[in-house]
Amino acid sequence: MSQNHNKETDLGSQIVLATGENTACCYQCGKCSAGCPMAEEMKLKPHDFMRLAQFNQADDIFKDPSMWLCLTCETCSARCPNECDPARVIDALREMAMRRKAGNSPREISAFHNSFLDQIRLFGRVFEIGLIAEYKLRSLHFMQDVDSAPGMLMRGKLSFVPQRIKGIDEIRKIFKACEDHGEGEVE
Amino acid sequence: MKIGYYPGCSLHSTAREFDESMRAIAGNLDLDLVEIDDWSCCGASSAHATNHLLAVALSARNLALAEEQALGTVMAPCAACYNRLASASSEIKKDSKLSGTINKTISRPQFRNSVAVKSVVELLRDLSPVIKQKATPALKGLKVACYYGCLLLRPPEVTGWDDAEDPSSMEDVARAIGAEPVSWSKRLDCCGAGFSLSRVDSVVRLGHEIIAAAREASARAIVVACPMCHSNLDFRQMAIARRKHLSFEMPILFITQMVGLGLGIPGDRLGLGRHFIGTGSVVQGMEPVKTEPATTSGGEN
Repeated sequence: MSQNHNKETDLGSQIVLATGENTACCYQCGKCSAGCPMAEEMKLKPHDFMRLAQFNQADDIFKDPSMWLCLTCETCSARCPNECDPARVIDALREMAMRRKAGNSPREISAFHNSFLDQIRLFGRVFEIGLIAEYKLRSLHFMQDVDSAPGMLMRGKLSFVPQRIKGIDEIRKIFKACEDHGEGEVE
Repeated sequence: MKIGYYPGCSLHSTAREFDESMRAIAGNLDLDLVEIDDWSCCGASSAHATNHLLAVALSARNLALAEEQALGTVMAPCAACYNRLASASSEIKKDSKLSGTINKTISRPQFRNSVAVKSVVELLRDLSPVIKQKATPALKGLKVACYYGCLLLRPPEVTGWDDAEDPSSMEDVARAIGAEPVSWSKRLDCCGAGFSLSRVDSVVRLGHEIIAAAREASARAIVVACPMCHSNLDFRQMAIARRKHLSFEMPILFITQMVGLGLGIPGDRLGLGRHFIGTGSVVQGMEPVKTEPATTSGGEN
């Protein structure tokens, strides 16, 4: 593992700039990963992200889908004995992955995020039937949960009509302004 | 007491019973819920996982509306909405540069970030003496597993109203209404949250551990304060039952439904009929119904 510290391109420095979090504070006790509900499904666990960032191993981080399995339950950050914030670091890494067009996100997860945000863009609120329909198109899981739709409708849990807020133009302006900071879609 | 109300998207759809039960108990507890006019989605997990500024800005718009509508405090029953609104407020407070960017992004230069954000659990805990006074014996001795999940108490520096590792607020509310909170191991573990659609296998694995632990502690219901927890433990319980061969059903109650039942409000006004897993065993004070692994349609990949 070679250390390559360059103030402009160094991954640790980029994380500091984006979040104020210094990954160097992590001494690899592993408490974050011990409490992580998704650790057993991740190749890279919370403490691995901290370590790889310390050593500027961007390629190892961005070619792996593990960051997208983080649920942001924040157990890691709440329990860190040295007050590091791995959950915030992982959020920043996801944003960087999108900017790099790393393409490391599992299809189902990017399909969900993109469909969810599209609903907000369209209506200002999440329209569940629209969310589910778009998710199916994007994820290609057309048959998932089809047998539960009647149960959901019967219980009045899905509305057929979206609620569009009055201030929808404000929402679209917010999206536009924020997208100029980041990138549009999860790859 | 007048309080700003931010229902969020789920309380208008998949978790309508959370909204119904919240409104049902408000009258009994002298709460005047004033819904923020024209509120928008908080962005939930998809915004913060992909664009940090968007996550803060979407929440900030709602805080700004509340401020304009002279609501000093906003209560969000959904744990995810609460978490997003409280986190945004705290970040803006700490970072003056971000504060300026946000005011520009939401086109509200006058936004002062003056609104306090409350979770429903904090609100009900503070009302425990009133709840205790008004409680009927309906839930007397009902063993419940209070489930906080992940977003109610984290990050601790943002929430701060209970111990993030050993909380007691939900248990206080349960005791006040006459129920008996059990001691169990999974109350702070995550249920799989936003992966309900996109990663059902993970939700089944995590949900099964939670339901099994509650059962082991002899709980007859799990009490939640989050639409995602409810959906993953109630709706997805059918998939959990099929795949993990559960031989029992575990009713999942919103904390507002538990309080409502204890106050003597009929189940239909609390939206109990909207659950996938029946709540009859709680309402009638019977033992959990033994059934074959659930065969009701739904909840499967």
